[in-house]
This record gives sequence, structure tokens and C-alpha cells, in this order.
Amino acid sequence: MTSIAGYRRPAPGTQPKHLHPPYVSSIKRAPSKPLVYLPHTLTEVTGPLFGKEATDVKACDLTRQHSGEPLGERIIVSGRVLDEDARPVPHTLIEVWQANAAGRYLHEADQHDAPLDPNFIGCGHTLTDAAGRYRFVTIRPGAYPWRNHHNAWRPAHIHFSIFGLAFATRLVTQMYFPGDALLPYDPIFNCTADEQARNRLISVFDWESTILEQALGYRFDVILSGREATPMER
Amino acid sequence: MSLQPTTSQTVGPYFTIGLAGRRRSELAGAGVPGEKVTIAGRVLDGDGKPVPDALLEIWQANSHGKYAHPEDNQNKPLDESFQGYGRIGVAENGGFLFTTIKPGPVPGPDGELQAPHIAVSVFARGLLLRLVTRIYFPQEAANADDYVLNLVEPGRRGTLIARKTAVQGALEWNVILQGADETVFFDC
Repeated sequence: MTSIAGYRRPAPGTQPKHLHPPYVSSIKRAPSKPLVYLPHTLTEVTGPLFGKEATDVKACDLTRQHSGEPLGERIIVSGRVLDEDARPVPHTLIEVWQANAAGRYLHEADQHDAPLDPNFIGCGHTLTDAAGRYRFVTIRPGAYPWRNHHNAWRPAHIHFSIFGLAFATRLVTQMYFPGDALLPYDPIFNCTADEQARNRLISVFDWESTILEQALGYRFDVILSGREATPMER
Repeated sequence: MSLQPTTSQTVGPYFTIGLAGRRRSELAGAGVPGEKVTIAGRVLDGDGKPVPDALLEIWQANSHGKYAHPEDNQNKPLDESFQGYGRIGVAENGGFLFTTIKPGPVPGPDGELQAPHIAVSVFARGLLLRLVTRIYFPQEAANADDYVLNLVEPGRRGTLIARKTAVQGALEWNVILQGADETVFFDC
């Protein structure tokens, strides 16, 4: 019988609390009772893995899903998925979704009075490569208003969903853009106490991935929980 | 050098755009061995109101208690056609339903077998992090000795155990996000 090496827990303040009253939707949905600490068992150190059969290689280019080009500023969003020890997380599924350049989602619940783009769905996915790298081609999403508080506008962002190699490493987050004037006012971006942790959600402008006369590059690395030291055989 | 894990953010209200592609509410096709079960329920908020914009993700072992994952090195058979993954959207009334097979027992932290269970992640607008919970099975003798259930105060364990219904093989299990009957959520 070998005991299980679990995944590490986040440092205090580096993840949001469930209840963050400035984000009004959390008030009636956040648990009110303390969470029960769950030691990681075989259930939590395993998790769904997705291979090439579950993915479409064309889905990493959000600008090529229709006959025409979407409107807006073409961008490259790329980076790596690593664990806390900077080890690549290979062949893991990343799903992304976003508003179009006008700040409108292709979703029936989005009533913002901005145009839909017939050439943009705002949905993509890809697998990281053996070195944990990924790359999307898309357009820069627009800011949009929401009803959280008076004159509330969300900063431009792209939603990221990442599985990692285990149930314990599952992560959904949002990537923001450098220099966005709306960031200081956004209760979702600001839900995490630790300023450095927050700021790691802001992508970095990246000359390396910028394509001449074609698209600006932004780099966004995602860090998943790292592994505890392997326990001794019992 | 140690990096800090990326901060979680809410899925927001529009996650179906990005996450609908891998929805799966029928986890086990016709040929998959095991006891077929249907699990249905509702996601409710602190006022008891339905949460229409939530998403559940499921992870479970096959009927032999084997996970389709390289870290499960138990000497038990895999079922080629059963991954153990599910992703289920919630309807306007907060309702969800999925069909699967009852998982077999898997080892726990104390070296004993855990009672059969399904791991669940709950995502929704308003949840800044996913919520992690488990579904156990009713009238299961192993529940009494289950390591994880015994971490939970006795009065709340029932929130983790699905209930039988009048229909054979149909179980009910609800996600109460907040309040007196709040579902037990884990720090995972």
C-alpha cells in the first residue's frame, strides 16, 4: 500500500474567498459554513484527461471559424501551463471564451446594446504541448457594462478553463490586459487579497509572439497547484 | 523556486459559450458494466431560489473502483468506453440530471476502501472559486466507516448522500449553496 502524494494548498490570500460582497452575485451563492478539509485521495489526484480525439486543432484560432474575418484588433495569446515547481503541464485541455471586439457575448443572457459579430463566436480550445505551451489567435475583447453597481464596466478579459492532470488542479480564471483603466474598479479582478496574485492575472505584452503587420502578442502563463513530496512507502 | 498558483475567477454568466462543447450528461453508454443510476436534483441559492447559471463537473471511478487515469495503478480492469467524466448544465429551474453507473470503491487515506462516491465541482456566476463536493449512495453499509464522510459533522453528512426516489435506479441529490441545509463543500 502506497499512500498518496496530494497537491499543495494555496498560500493565504492568494485565492479569493467565496464571499466577496462587492461582487453582488457572491452574496447569496457563497457557502456560509466552513469548508471541510479534504485530504487528497486517489479520487482527487486523478481526473479526466482529454486527448487529440476530444479536440479540434482548428479551435485555437478564433478568427477562422467563419467565412469572414471578425472585427477588432487581432491578437495572439500564448503562454505555458506550469505547476508550482515550474514543471510543464503537458497535453492538458484549455478552453477559452470571450466577448467580441464590441464587448458583446454571443449569449442569450447578454442584453448589452452592442453589435454581435457574425464572424465571431468567442469560443476556443486547445491542448498544451509536451512543454506545456499553448497559443490562441483571437481578437481583443471589448469592455462591457454590467449591473453589479452604478456604472459598472468589466475590464477586457478572456475566460480560461484548465483541467491539469488531476481533479485537485482544476482551475477556471480570467486573463486581463496590461494598462486597462477599469482594473482598479472591478470587484471580480479585485476579489483576491494578495496584490501580486491579482496582478498575475494581467497578461504581458509580448514582442516575441507579435507578428509583423498582423497581430499583437500577449503572454499569459497559468500556474496549477504543485505536488506534495512523495510520501514514503508504508 | 516556487511559483504561486494562478488565482481563480468566476465562470461568470456566459460560460456555456466556452464550456458547452464538452458537455456530457450520459456518462455510461449501453455496454458499460455496472449498476445504472440516474441522479437528478436542483442547485439552489441562499434564498432557496433556483440557480439557472451553474455547471456541474463529475469525476468518478468505474464499477470496479478503477479510475481512467495513469496514477491509478490498482490491479483492476478499465472499461474502454467509460471515462468517468461528466459536465452537466443546469436548466432555468436550477434542475440537472445525469446518468451513470455506480462507481466501485477506491482506496482512502487510511488504507481502507472508501464508500462509493462521485466527485463534483460546482461552477456558477457568483462563485469566485469552484465548489467541491461529493455524492455518496443511499443505504450503503460502507458509508458508516467512510474516511471522508467521518470528517463531516454527523448532522451534515446527509447533504452528501443521494436519496432514493419512487423510481428504481433514480436518485435525488441537491446542491444547496448557502443556508441551514447547505451542502457540505470541501477545501480540496
